[in-house]
Amino acid sequence: MVAELGHFTLILGFIVALFVTVVPLIGAYKRWPGWMGFAENGSNALFLLTATSFGALTYSFLVSDFSVKLVWLNSHTAKPLLYKLTGVWGNHEGSMLLWVLILTLFGAMAVWFGNGLPPTLRARILAVQASITAAFMAFVLFTSNPFLRLDPAPLNGKDLNPLLQDPGLAFHPPFLYLGYVGLSMAFSFAVAALIEGRVDAAWGRWVRPWTLAAWVFLTIGIGLGSWWAYYELGWGGFWFWDPVENASFMPWLLAVALLHSAIVVEKRESLKSWTILLAIIAFSFSLLGAFITRSGIITSVHAFATDPERGVFLLLIMGVFTGGALVLYAARAGVMEAKGVFGVVSRESALVVNNILLAVSAFVVFIGTLWPLFSEMFFDRKLSVGEPWFNASFTPLMVLLGLVLPLGAMLPWKRGKIGRVALQLRLGFVLALALGALFWAVQTGRSALGPVGLFLGAWLIAGSVTDLLSRGRKGARLRRLATLPRADWGKAVAHAGLGVTMAGIAGLLAWQQEDIRVLKDGEGFELAGYQLVLNGVQQVEGPNYISTMGDVTLLRNGREIATLNPEKRVYPVAGMPTTEAAIDIGFWRDVYVVVGDPQVGGGWAFRTYYKPLANWIWGGALLMALGGALSLSDRRYRVAAGAGRSQPLAGVAAE
Amino acid sequence: MRVLCLCLALLAAPAFAVQPDEVLSDPRLEARARELSKELRCLVCRNENIDDSNAELARDLRLLVRERLVAGESDDEVLDFIVSRYGEYVLLNPTKAGSNLILFYAGPAMLLFAVFMGGLYLRGRARATPEGTQDLSVDEAKRLEQIMRD
Repeated sequence: MVAELGHFTLILGFIVALFVTVVPLIGAYKRWPGWMGFAENGSNALFLLTATSFGALTYSFLVSDFSVKLVWLNSHTAKPLLYKLTGVWGNHEGSMLLWVLILTLFGAMAVWFGNGLPPTLRARILAVQASITAAFMAFVLFTSNPFLRLDPAPLNGKDLNPLLQDPGLAFHPPFLYLGYVGLSMAFSFAVAALIEGRVDAAWGRWVRPWTLAAWVFLTIGIGLGSWWAYYELGWGGFWFWDPVENASFMPWLLAVALLHSAIVVEKRESLKSWTILLAIIAFSFSLLGAFITRSGIITSVHAFATDPERGVFLLLIMGVFTGGALVLYAARAGVMEAKGVFGVVSRESALVVNNILLAVSAFVVFIGTLWPLFSEMFFDRKLSVGEPWFNASFTPLMVLLGLVLPLGAMLPWKRGKIGRVALQLRLGFVLALALGALFWAVQTGRSALGPVGLFLGAWLIAGSVTDLLSRGRKGARLRRLATLPRADWGKAVAHAGLGVTMAGIAGLLAWQQEDIRVLKDGEGFELAGYQLVLNGVQQVEGPNYISTMGDVTLLRNGREIATLNPEKRVYPVAGMPTTEAAIDIGFWRDVYVVVGDPQVGGGWAFRTYYKPLANWIWGGALLMALGGALSLSDRRYRVAAGAGRSQPLAGVAAE
Repeated sequence: MRVLCLCLALLAAPAFAVQPDEVLSDPRLEARARELSKELRCLVCRNENIDDSNAELARDLRLLVRERLVAGESDDEVLDFIVSRYGEYVLLNPTKAGSNLILFYAGPAMLLFAVFMGGLYLRGRARATPEGTQDLSVDEAKRLEQIMRD
């Protein structure tokens, strides 16, 4: 019954979504308050209906109702409770339902926090959001129904993919979807503003918190995924330029660009047209990501189940929404006339440079991801585009971005002098350069990547600190720091976070050390100043797996620092093995041990890595997310803050 | 998302990529082998290089690379040999020739285009007449200065 209830509320939701799409649009056009008001109740109802549907599916998973096909395919009674819960979205159908749930959640949030928005704009935003919801509900109902039954019900399930039974990965999809789908709000705002025919500073102020929130979630989601790959996949890689990763990275890059260009719209009433276009494209890339991962078109060669029907449906959704929005955009180009005037050397220009670099980066990732497809379609050449290409094409853009960021972040609005800013930053620059040069000298004969990355990291962090300090007058600087607006802190923290990540990536790639060998009980070896001794390998039984667990002692200068237990697990029900690396986590380095297969002559294969600065990569991502959250908590950017004012502030005083 | 993918892709048999018995005794040759491995795709995997892959075929390729290196071939010769046997698909960094030039130059071209457009926009903004608060022109500024001095 519960599953049928879920199915029924979803169908009801689809019908409601159609009404919420049409009625408020007519209401806003005719200025009928009742019809516009329908959007609010409708959006709340949509959220409740979808939540009920999602709750029904969750319940089926929690009680292991194997008469529901999806539960049977992805669960097992012996599975820990946490993974029964996360199993709901550990599959295509359930994750699409989560996607729809988040779509309706954002719609409802626009109702809860959007009191200050002009009624017509609000009605239109909710209508556009509901139209996206309707499209995805149809997708779930017609191609990916999670509520299908089995008769007779099997006695037990087939278990969730063991790789998904991991805390890092369990919460990776919800964050990622909050990010992807959060961008739908920016899209809805853009399309609603185009229908409305008005894009002004107030619009920039309203759209920013939504983009910021989506970006924060996306950052956490990507960070979690990368961290998971690092500790789970067994060789400590953290980014593979896999099409599916790229699918999440492109919207991230565009969201960063959108965040920054929306500032220009808000403060200076310029870049309007570009910002609207960016909002449309950013969400289109979310849809493209869904298409890439769900249709299997790029990855069709192996592994992923291809489903042409789903692919075509998603392509249709993408075509209709992107195409429709772009047509509207072209028709309304006139309303987006820029107002602000600024010099070539100014904060505005710096943000234009930011947008150029980020948009081109996203384009580079895009072409690299889709080139194998294009090449096969148009040139009949079957080829691969992988890590070496991406590293070579993408890195220079990020180096450029890192170089100009501290300068641009400190330039004043309207008109600035590059010399003055450079003077303020000279200390940070010299420090960063010294650090880079020091490591360059010490490492002799290795790639330039390490020192360059450290230089950029230090330069970004020093730039952020300088930026904060420069806000106070001489003498009262430190006292003033506490009273700076949170948005300023957020900016500094996020920019410093980028620096930390850059330093981490460079450090890890440049100075990682690896050791592969066969170890017998009691044998040891040395790696990068650490000694490792194998005490033994034994079989251990877990709740729903059997583990081969090594017992390794990690020593430094003969003193024991840690005991490491690398594991190799076999999940009998799913019939799959997984590796669980043992990592001694440190601020400056990780020591990473993986146990392999037993060897013919006795002993076990071991792989050990010394990974300098590894945690800086995710630490930096966390800082970026924290910066975003700080900025989001700033009173000035509260959702729809200041929207009550009839006259939008044309130019908020530059600080 | 990557979730589903990576998982399914890597599943075959996780645990181990390069096995201890594959490692060459000459560290310089081994280092070259590792560098070459990063350029080569495991043909039956999804977007994995042969170094990170656990598939049998990847192991065969790793051994093949080492065999050729021990026989004294240069890096390029090894790559050419493997491409001749397995096709262009095996390269993770595509050859910079023919239609692939589009791939290699699309990014830089886009950057140039974006810089050009951005430059045009910035020039336009700098020259535009602001509403209300018109800036003083150079002549006006001079005159103002003169008036102030007087």
